[in-house]
Amino acid sequence: MTGLSVPHAAGYVDNGGPKVVTSRFVHEDSYTLERSLATGGYEGLRAALARPPADVHAEVRDATLLGRGGAGFPAGVKWGFCPEDVWPRYLVVNGDESEPGTYKDRLLMERDPHQLIEGCLITCYALGLSQCFLYVRGEMALAQERIATALNEAYEAGYVGRNVLGTDFSVDVTLHWGAGAYIVGEETALIESLEGNRGMPRLKPPYFPAAIGLYGQPTIVNNVETLANVPWILANGAEAYRRMGSEASPGTRLFAVSGHVKRPGVYEVEQGVTTFRDLFYGDEFCQGIRDGHQLKMFIPGGGSAPWFFQEHLDLPLEARDVGAAGSMLGSGALVVMDETTDAVKACHRMVRFFARESCGKCSPCREGTNWEEKILARILDGHGRPSDIDLLLDVGDNISPGPYPVASHPDEGLDAVPFPPRQTTICPLGPSSVACITSTIRRFRHEFEAKITRGEAIPVEAAHPGEETGS
Amino acid sequence: MSWFDAARERTARDILARYPKPKSAVIPLLHLAQEQEGWVTPAAMGEIADLTGTTPAEVLGTGSFYEMFKFHPVGTHLVNVCTNVSCQLLGGEELLHHIESTLGVKSGGTTDDGMFTVEDVECVAACTEAPCFTVNYRYFHRADTDTFDEVVADIRAGRSPIERGAAGDAGELPIHGTLGRVRQQVPEGRRAGVVPPDQVEGAPSWMATMSGAPTGGQVVDAAREEE
Amino acid sequence: MSAEGQSVEITVDGETVAALPGELLIEACERTGTYIPRFCHHSRLEPVGMCRMCLVEVDTGRGPALQPSCMLPCTPGMVVDTVSERTRKAQDGVLEFLLVNHPLDCPVCDKGGECPLQDQTMAFGPGESRFVEEKRHFEKPIPVNENVYLDRERCVLCDRCTRFAGEVAGDQLIHFMERGGQTQVNTFPGEPFSSYFSGNTVQICPVGALTAAPYRFKARPWDLEEVESTSTLDSVGSRIAVQSSRDRVLRFQGVDADAVNWGWLSDKERFVFEAYDHEDRLATPLLRGDDLGNRIPDGEALVAAPWSEALGVAAAALAAAPADRIAVLGGARLTNESQYAWAKLAKGVLGTDHVDAQLGDGLPAEVVLGLPRATIDRACTPGGAIVLLGPDPKEELGALYLRLRHAVVHDGATLVELTPRRTGLSAHAAHSLRVLPGGAAAAVDAMFGAGSPAGEAGLSAGELAAAGATIAAAVAEGRPVTVLLGRPSLAEAAGPVVDAALALHDYLPDAGFLSLLRRGNVHGALDMGLAPGMLPGRVALDGAAGVSAAWPTVPNGRGRDALGILEASAAGEVDVLVLLGADVMADVPDRDLAERALAGARTLVAVDLFATPTVARADVVLPAAAPTEVDGTFTNLEGRISLVARKVTSPGTARPDWAIAVELADRLGTDLGFGSVDDVLAEIASVSDVHAGLDAVGLVEATREGLLLDGGADLVRPDRTEVPVNDAYGLRLVADRSMYDAGVLVSHSPSLAGLAPDTVAGLEPADLDRHGLAEGEVVDLIADRGTIQVAVTADPGIARGAVHLRFNQADVDAGRLIDALVPVTGIRVGRR
Repeated sequence: MTGLSVPHAAGYVDNGGPKVVTSRFVHEDSYTLERSLATGGYEGLRAALARPPADVHAEVRDATLLGRGGAGFPAGVKWGFCPEDVWPRYLVVNGDESEPGTYKDRLLMERDPHQLIEGCLITCYALGLSQCFLYVRGEMALAQERIATALNEAYEAGYVGRNVLGTDFSVDVTLHWGAGAYIVGEETALIESLEGNRGMPRLKPPYFPAAIGLYGQPTIVNNVETLANVPWILANGAEAYRRMGSEASPGTRLFAVSGHVKRPGVYEVEQGVTTFRDLFYGDEFCQGIRDGHQLKMFIPGGGSAPWFFQEHLDLPLEARDVGAAGSMLGSGALVVMDETTDAVKACHRMVRFFARESCGKCSPCREGTNWEEKILARILDGHGRPSDIDLLLDVGDNISPGPYPVASHPDEGLDAVPFPPRQTTICPLGPSSVACITSTIRRFRHEFEAKITRGEAIPVEAAHPGEETGS
Repeated sequence: MSWFDAARERTARDILARYPKPKSAVIPLLHLAQEQEGWVTPAAMGEIADLTGTTPAEVLGTGSFYEMFKFHPVGTHLVNVCTNVSCQLLGGEELLHHIESTLGVKSGGTTDDGMFTVEDVECVAACTEAPCFTVNYRYFHRADTDTFDEVVADIRAGRSPIERGAAGDAGELPIHGTLGRVRQQVPEGRRAGVVPPDQVEGAPSWMATMSGAPTGGQVVDAAREEE
Repeated sequence: MSAEGQSVEITVDGETVAALPGELLIEACERTGTYIPRFCHHSRLEPVGMCRMCLVEVDTGRGPALQPSCMLPCTPGMVVDTVSERTRKAQDGVLEFLLVNHPLDCPVCDKGGECPLQDQTMAFGPGESRFVEEKRHFEKPIPVNENVYLDRERCVLCDRCTRFAGEVAGDQLIHFMERGGQTQVNTFPGEPFSSYFSGNTVQICPVGALTAAPYRFKARPWDLEEVESTSTLDSVGSRIAVQSSRDRVLRFQGVDADAVNWGWLSDKERFVFEAYDHEDRLATPLLRGDDLGNRIPDGEALVAAPWSEALGVAAAALAAAPADRIAVLGGARLTNESQYAWAKLAKGVLGTDHVDAQLGDGLPAEVVLGLPRATIDRACTPGGAIVLLGPDPKEELGALYLRLRHAVVHDGATLVELTPRRTGLSAHAAHSLRVLPGGAAAAVDAMFGAGSPAGEAGLSAGELAAAGATIAAAVAEGRPVTVLLGRPSLAEAAGPVVDAALALHDYLPDAGFLSLLRRGNVHGALDMGLAPGMLPGRVALDGAAGVSAAWPTVPNGRGRDALGILEASAAGEVDVLVLLGADVMADVPDRDLAERALAGARTLVAVDLFATPTVARADVVLPAAAPTEVDGTFTNLEGRISLVARKVTSPGTARPDWAIAVELADRLGTDLGFGSVDDVLAEIASVSDVHAGLDAVGLVEATREGLLLDGGADLVRPDRTEVPVNDAYGLRLVADRSMYDAGVLVSHSPSLAGLAPDTVAGLEPADLDRHGLAEGEVVDLIADRGTIQVAVTADPGIARGAVHLRFNQADVDAGRLIDALVPVTGIRVGRR
């Protein structure tokens, strides 16, 4: 089995494993209502409507459907956090996929919008949510068109809107265009944005969306991929779902592998049973690092995740294990970098991202990320100072405090950097900028020093030695 | 007299009707305004403030938070080049430099003929298809300098370059401002109904009946139900 | 909040302290003596937790973690360390971040010396910055309105000004713009921060980003002397700090009195000190004379004269006049003590009861003092109900408006408006009903099911019944109901308003009434007896027991009210008319009557701050001291008494009003017995049960809120006013006041003088159509009294059948149309 690229679903590779959310991708017209209905579309909704809402909720809870947006919290449990008897409640779908390295929700929205809509409907039915807002990242024009078309078809056909399928279940699903701001992927910022405000995160507590969300009402915020799993669970049952993946992380997940691999792509992978090595080197997956090169480092879960190295390759793709190793699976975005990669430059590019995307609400993130970016830019420009490494670490420490004082005991301090990060900020964006700085300085301090003292690019052989090309 | 043209004023009303609170429509209406003029004019923001019960300062405050809204004229074709790490690794920055030198403008600039504005942007969620650029938010996957040159040639020749994107997209490439060539349209009578949160009383009906009970006379999908 | 049994025990730096239930950690710490630095937190604004300066280590059982103390409600057992190494490091880090883009222009910054950022940096900051990059640059201060400048480089983006604008003032005209490192506060291009309350943003700015034009570069904080006082500008009695340098007042700052103004001021309250400092202030007595400065009785001009001579002329005129031909108008500008001294002179020495502090624009004292009174706090009770039967509080009583707005917008109070025109609160009202002048009593009857609605106003029985039901529901649920009572229009006599108020009192016997009489210390004047038929202590003339020991005499019958006095004067029946700061020409609704009255008075004595057009007609002008120049007390619209403090000396020989009364009495052969303000206050306390036990020391020691005086007068019910039926083509005039007008204080405050709106006549759009008028067309407004020319505009906020004008504006004189002696003023529109 070598896996099958599917050109019309750009980037998607059918690796031959079990499929929950990509089963229709092989069809070129997978986004139409006709194809959806012909391939079991809306059967999960029918199954749900035949049962009491609480049963439907229980089914999803029993499936242990972990959130696919980054935090990995079980959706069924999150659904249970709505305070009793407070109405109305809302569903907000987080389709603001913008985490660097992440490409999966766009694919799901473009290729199978009905699956997502069906997941939304089942969720609304289960929890008594009176309206669903499908917040789609603004830059995803095609995804918006596909969802708009799908909603228009589904409304017309009676799957959405008043008296869904002739029952007393009525719900409007509203497509909402975002407008370009990474931070809106944070759920409280998403709610602010949906209320017509600047997308600046709210402080948790007290603003846990399930209790105080959209318009101050209980609100469930779920990621696109999370909801795309729901129809399958209702159609096939939680037990069948749990038979895939590992006990702690059942089911499948989409992983986007980009960077220096032979076959970058989006793969639906059983969680927990596949390792990073499998994914990067497996024949049905990425088929190894590009010819003649070696792995230097990789980002295991999107731009916010601390970086991993050779020694992490045999970890399973499971949130718990990756977390214990000091990073996260996050949004299922893996960026693979070979030995030609300039660690300082890559670090700077990631920090520049956070500096540009900081919402500006809290001082440590607004000022700190921009300061970090300026220091790194200066180092890249050959104007670094010997004190800059400590300065970077200490500025980082003031955003994401580690053991105090970090700068004076860099090695001890860095090893002991807590994960998940402590933060002086409102949300994790600022600390995310620190994660890649500490990751890279910790491993490639010599590259920083070389840039600072000699203003030069790294020698290739100074990258991590002793690397295998994989099996 | 609305600032929006007649058709878009109807769309604006339709958008407003989808939200329990009017301020939620600010971002969709800013998109609608940008669709009409190619950028968001001060007069448009005044109109949106009126429609949503906010002030122009609030509309600009919200709008200027988001990158996609332009508060000055830009080219009819907005070229966004991703240079974030996945694209950087595979030549995104080199692609940007090619585009800048080909068009003769730096990131943020607009060509003299008003056709192209170039931006160096953050991750556009096409990481496995790096390097990538978009034109008016239509994707061009695994792009190289030739791809871009062909796209420019197409645009200048009045041809749609969209299928060169290899991104599953097809049809015409709309000019800047038009985000979706299709909009959500809820047929009258199919709408479940949007109610301001403070006017909602109690749980929705199906939570009370504890099932998706048939409503009797209103079965809209009867044919299928009988299958 | 204060129930001790419910307090929450927490540990702060090793000490156990009691927090109030729900209290935020930062406030609990401050209240118990531990100050946590902050920039964004402000106790009167919603917490946002943005600046992160107040991070402290908190252990709630899961180990210590850095938490923003401004967002964290105290919970039992919380262990807080405000000085731990980690807390210190976090706070130092935040401070450094804030300084990254903050310019080092402290030497030329108005905030220097009173700047929390500067103070923090001096106390805890590092010696030099580790930030070697270029700082963010913006155009240096840009005006955001006529009086407020914004320096975005200094701004630390704490969101205080922008939160104030949105949450408190409801004028979201400044806002965060852009994102991240480019975030800035700004206005929409071409749309300035035109808010009546903009000055508050300057006061709460924690750095020097916002500065107020009247204070820019005037002084350094260490040069300022300060005294706490009460704003006498309007009847809210906002607490203020009066700050001066070298005997000149340079700034008023709001002081947070929990029961009153919460630290907020209207810009008019804030910047009016400029008028007191104006070079046009009267500095010497004036008598009639010629252009060369020679004293000539009945001369064309006013010429300077020594006090002895001026007092002599006034005293002689008073001595020669029979008591019944002496009248005193005005006095709302005065302190309680000055009012008492003048009441004693007029009523207790001269024996006249033709005394009225109101100028035909108020309500009878017996009604204001006789109805059950409410406090601001009662009106603003969370979940309470408010009935507005009066003017727009936003235009007339700015600080009260902010309290009311908070109650309605944030605290779930229910508002029902019975007003002829939309108000600043209408957008938040449960029922905002447009009532034609004269129609309020009928509307009240219809609300409570006992009459037919005032149909002409376009009000349906259903709307009125729904509003009534809303109030009835509040009563049924035990929520307090408060009526805000004042004159909605100066073109509607007091009678119809009183009728509506009494009807509300009858239907809602438990409702409290909060007076919206707006002028300065008018409630003090009513308490001190500057009203016909009243004596000090809220008692009627026939209850003279209190003053009998202290006063030589007492009037033998109820005198005339202001309109009566003016009529009598016009008829030549007044020998001496004393005007205590009464700008009759500007403030009496009926301009024609005012002119005839001034012409008819034999001797006109004016005690004032400025040579107003009214004063220019006086025979004797006595210069008085301004509120910043006198000690004394003030009584606000709740009946709350608080201190007014002298900060600077008066110009020239201007004197406190009470001292002028003492001098005049002396020349009339009576010793009022007052050598000081304290003497007057002591006598007030001895003659008035309401004021019993009061002394200045006690007031100083009392809370910042002042003391609420209990006790009212007997309610006197006048006969119900018959309102004529509106004919089909006639309109009823609605003339109300705006925040900025042609009044003497506004026009002498350079920061405020330019802010008065252009005057246009507003008609409901359908009325505009019905009369075939075009927007902007100049028409004749024709009343029985006179005709004026004015442009018309469509005003969806005005009642059908009414025409709206702003009163006392420089360009259009609505007073020319008003006949104060009829219940309502009818208008016909003539096309030109």
